Amino acid sequence: MPDWLPALERRPAPSSVMRMAAPLLAALAITLTALLAFAALDLSPWSGLYTFFISPIASAYGVGEWLLKATPLALCALGLSIAFRANVWNIGAEGQFTAGAITGGGVALYLAPQLGGAGVPVMLFAGIAGGMLWAAIPAWLRTRFNTSEILTSLMLVYVAQLLLAWLMHGHWQDPQGFNYPQSRAFDDALILPLLADGQRATSAVWMTALLALATWVLVRWSYAGYRMWVGGEAPAAARYAGFSEARSVWLGMLISGGAAGLAGIAEVAGPIGRLQTSISPGYGFAAIIVAFVGRLHPLGVVLAALLMSLLYLGGEAAQLELGLPAAVTGIFQGLLLFYLLAADVFTHYRLRRPPVARPA
Amino acid sequence: MNDAALPRLQLRGITRRYGSVLANDGIDLTVMPGEIHALLGENGSGKSTLSRIICGLTRPDAGSIEWEGRDVAPLNPSRARALGIGMVFQHFALFESLTVAENIALSLQGSGREAELAARIKEVSTRYGLPLDPARLVASMSAGERQRVEIVRCLLQQPRLLILDEPTSVLSPAAIGVLFGALRQLAAEGLSILFISHKLDEVRALCARATVLRAGRVAGTPGPEAFDNASLLRLMLGAEPAACRLEPQSAGAPMLELEGYVLPSEDPFGIDLTDLSFAVHAGEIAGIAGISGHGQRELVAALAGETQRGQRGRLRIAGHDVTDLPVAARRAVGLALVPEERLGRGAVVSMSLAGNALLTGARHGLVRRGFIHHAATHAVAQRIISAFDVRTPGTRATAAQLSGGNLQKFIVGREIMLAPRVLVVAQPTWGVDVGAALRIRQSLIDLRTQGCGVLVISEDLEELFQICDRIAVIRDGRLSAFQSRAETSLQQIGQMMSAGAAVHA
Repeated sequence: MPDWLPALERRPAPSSVMRMAAPLLAALAITLTALLAFAALDLSPWSGLYTFFISPIASAYGVGEWLLKATPLALCALGLSIAFRANVWNIGAEGQFTAGAITGGGVALYLAPQLGGAGVPVMLFAGIAGGMLWAAIPAWLRTRFNTSEILTSLMLVYVAQLLLAWLMHGHWQDPQGFNYPQSRAFDDALILPLLADGQRATSAVWMTALLALATWVLVRWSYAGYRMWVGGEAPAAARYAGFSEARSVWLGMLISGGAAGLAGIAEVAGPIGRLQTSISPGYGFAAIIVAFVGRLHPLGVVLAALLMSLLYLGGEAAQLELGLPAAVTGIFQGLLLFYLLAADVFTHYRLRRPPVARPA
Repeated sequence: MNDAALPRLQLRGITRRYGSVLANDGIDLTVMPGEIHALLGENGSGKSTLSRIICGLTRPDAGSIEWEGRDVAPLNPSRARALGIGMVFQHFALFESLTVAENIALSLQGSGREAELAARIKEVSTRYGLPLDPARLVASMSAGERQRVEIVRCLLQQPRLLILDEPTSVLSPAAIGVLFGALRQLAAEGLSILFISHKLDEVRALCARATVLRAGRVAGTPGPEAFDNASLLRLMLGAEPAACRLEPQSAGAPMLELEGYVLPSEDPFGIDLTDLSFAVHAGEIAGIAGISGHGQRELVAALAGETQRGQRGRLRIAGHDVTDLPVAARRAVGLALVPEERLGRGAVVSMSLAGNALLTGARHGLVRRGFIHHAATHAVAQRIISAFDVRTPGTRATAAQLSGGNLQKFIVGREIMLAPRVLVVAQPTWGVDVGAALRIRQSLIDLRTQGCGVLVISEDLEELFQICDRIAVIRDGRLSAFQSRAETSLQQIGQMMSAGAAVHA
């Protein structure tokens, strides 16, 4: 390395300012990249930026869409943030989301009509249970056979999606549905109420707020959360203190699976209104990025979910109005994580100017 | 050798500031070719910063660095290595999941065939009496053995200046003798050695000249004419500390009892604990001596309850049979424990001191109905800090920000604050400066006075003879009978330790 280049130097202690500033820096870098990209495509940079980031949420309906997409992202990411803090790498929130939609949707289709007023809560709990069940498989494999939960949870995503497709083409298909791969619509009584008229966001927003609060209590105040955190930061210290690793794995997987399951059922009992083969544009995967951009902190996760949701909307707007390809959404989501990780370097390191040679 | 008169390394006016702290303040240091030069000082006196500057890991804010008469500033790690500067750190930088040969191959620039490298490792390590098996996994090695890997790794790079940071803290007297023999041989071959330590006897045995640091400045550079313990200590501390005293005291009921205890190792390179039977009584300090890697780690893990698979025999704490009980249950009946590894085991590095106080303190009012009582954790951390003189900005400082000695004081303090009936301490003063070591030893003696049963597992024989009522030797997973301190001697225990020294060669 040439000597005139500033060197990276380890900080005596991680900078808490940079920890908070890194996501903002990443967002700034995303904006600059967007400007450059629009310029390179011969689009007016400022109107491109407006189309991407402002126009989608310039109306009440737009704000509703913003919340609508942020909700499943935040639900999944809040659960994941708990697991990730404990070094439990649940990569399969997408599958648990699907499993929750299946179990909750099954209740909605076949059980809820007999339950009357209890229908909605039973349906939601069935969704949570479905997500937990799906997450329990990697948890069991990890604690019993020491299998990597990264691989098993990821592979189970595709199992869940194929299971849903099988149901949608088979037993659960709507007989009056012109052979579309979808179930009949849920009863109106089971559809989650809207936040307000004239938009599509549902009461799942309140559930997200509750979960964020519960997550905050868990990580900040509960001894269980502390033990999981120690297990994630220093496994040897956890063993020394007598904290069970298996317990950490189970808790992390079940909480993140349950949250993803709730997101799944809230999606099908919300804007979709029925089961169908395609129920998620990859919320469960994007939630992994959301969890990290949000610094695994509940409030950060909620803000990051809003940012990520905006990228989805902006991507759609860019397709419609600027004629950009659909991949633009994925590119911006990926860049966000990329920039964040780059900015994160400065949490632990700082730039040091090359020293000026001075006589002693 | 026409450059023999030129210093190999000459630092002038080295200054380095971290925030508001002047870690190094105008330090001059001269090391001649073939000289073993001591760098003495308490923890936090600036030794580590200075050694990092010499290795090119840290850049000084001011000052000059001359290597054999040439100005070589600014140094970076690869340039320092190219000049022939090698360092063995106190905290080892080895990959646990790799073998000795693989670890060494990673740091050697030139590529060579594996078999060739293994042969060179064998050759160099045996030439200097530090035998190593290149195929062994580092994960299965004790601290003392890992140090050998680090030293041999440096030697393979044909250094011209070797920096050793507290190298003897993990060695038995016999192994220290071996290491010193190797160092003298290396120095005679022309290698310069910078020996960082706070152990005066060793410095006096090995070195003829020292640079003593105190609070970031050079307190003096005594030569042979002023090389007695008293004057070196005065330079280091600015004052002479009091020594520990062990008042005679009759022991009480057995607090920790093992009967025919057997624990096969889960690690193929580990040590099986074989037929351990002993008791530690209330109001006594029992010591277990031994060369590192003879079952100390396994014994601590067994006492803690971390490993239990395949165990036989009985283990009782304060009269309760805890053989099949997990860690938490053993702590609940009065066990406290200070592990050998401070970072990542005894303390969570990235966590605040308050958070670290909670690590083992949950049963002592820090957790209520599953919720953390944050004010109480800070209060407890503050009590530990003031009672054990932990130098830190406060309870919110992370464990990583503390020096080794201060963190050890904190961990020992935390465990003592739990008012245990049995305290097991592994390497209580490993790499800890004189002042902190005295404080830790005194607190163990105080605990004995209060009627706690203390078991100290240490590789520092002088320490064991200072504070223990009875001493036994662990060798290859077996324990000798305990002998009262009056009936045995340092030489006898040292011989018992070394008799099996070749087990892992």
